Amino acid sequence: MGEATASAARPIEQRGYAHPEVLVSTEWVAQHAGDAGVRVVEVDVDTSAYEQGHVPGALAWNWTTDLCDTRVRDIVPKDRLEALLGASGIDNDTTIVLYGDNNNWFAAWAFWQLKVYGHRDVRIMDGGRKKWLEEGRALTTDAPAVERKTYGAQPPDLSLRAFLPEVQGMLGRSDAALVDVRSPQEFTGEILSPPGLPETCQRGGHIPGAVNIPWGKACNEDGTFKSADELKALYEAQGVTPDKDVVAYCRIGERSSHSWFALKYLLGYPNVKNYDGSWTEWGNLVGAPVEK
Amino acid sequence: MSTLKAEDFQTRDLTIEGWQVRVTSYRIGDRFSCNVDGVDSGARIARGTGATREEAERSALEKTERRLAATRRFPV
Repeated sequence: MGEATASAARPIEQRGYAHPEVLVSTEWVAQHAGDAGVRVVEVDVDTSAYEQGHVPGALAWNWTTDLCDTRVRDIVPKDRLEALLGASGIDNDTTIVLYGDNNNWFAAWAFWQLKVYGHRDVRIMDGGRKKWLEEGRALTTDAPAVERKTYGAQPPDLSLRAFLPEVQGMLGRSDAALVDVRSPQEFTGEILSPPGLPETCQRGGHIPGAVNIPWGKACNEDGTFKSADELKALYEAQGVTPDKDVVAYCRIGERSSHSWFALKYLLGYPNVKNYDGSWTEWGNLVGAPVEK
Repeated sequence: MSTLKAEDFQTRDLTIEGWQVRVTSYRIGDRFSCNVDGVDSGARIARGTGATREEAERSALEKTERRLAATRRFPV
């Protein structure tokens, strides 16, 4: 999913992003993956993709076990994140570069959680695994040797994360924007999940007042992000402007992490949160209003 | 460290169970992989691997057909 646009081949630093430092090219990764102080991590939807071949020097994190609380529905607890990062050879000064399949869905999910816990230097490889493979870049099936480090996470930054009561409080507010980044068929309630994926809710539709801007609209055909001008036009056309409190949601919070990344870091919107409860929470909630 | 790369890419669009999907296959070393993604959703529906492209595609497409057949559509 993505579109052919004029920005596809433009270097990252020429796309007008508010924070271009959070995005690196495949070429940058090829040059720097082995640098001291840099740790590349693959985070895929398909958790077996890493074993087929990955960026030399990259580790893999499993989103179903490493990046969530496996007991209650929540993001990874602070102590478990600290253990994961330490075991990954990451300390507080490490530059973490994330990439993955599906145009970086779960790489963005990992990025969001790392920012929630205050990691300073985390970046996403533009175009993700797909672009790396299609460019014929080097792959290996060898996992890197890792020297364990000690990591200390910050308390969670809740200015980046929306919970249900806050979303409920946004209904009807003209100074707030809810962005539903799912497909149009999910937005209308024609389907309850992306075709072929498990249904995780009782009701279809969307949160009243939300606008539908599918996550893939932020990407070019090759998986890279569109330019700031293109992103600005995309979001502002639907009333999602930087003066508003913006919350992005999808089904379980990973696609909305991708859109949150575009809004927060590429466009520099000051108040953007990811509602990771997303439609799986809202669409199962007794009595919650639903628009179709 | 053994170095590989992805080669012999082939991509085509199909309609399965009424849904448009993109079928991408390639080879890494001596193994073929096939990914099937929803064109509108951008979501990975299924993946298959095999010693040949045909084997990888067959595996991925069988899973795709099964999963898409189970996708319910509701009137809107």
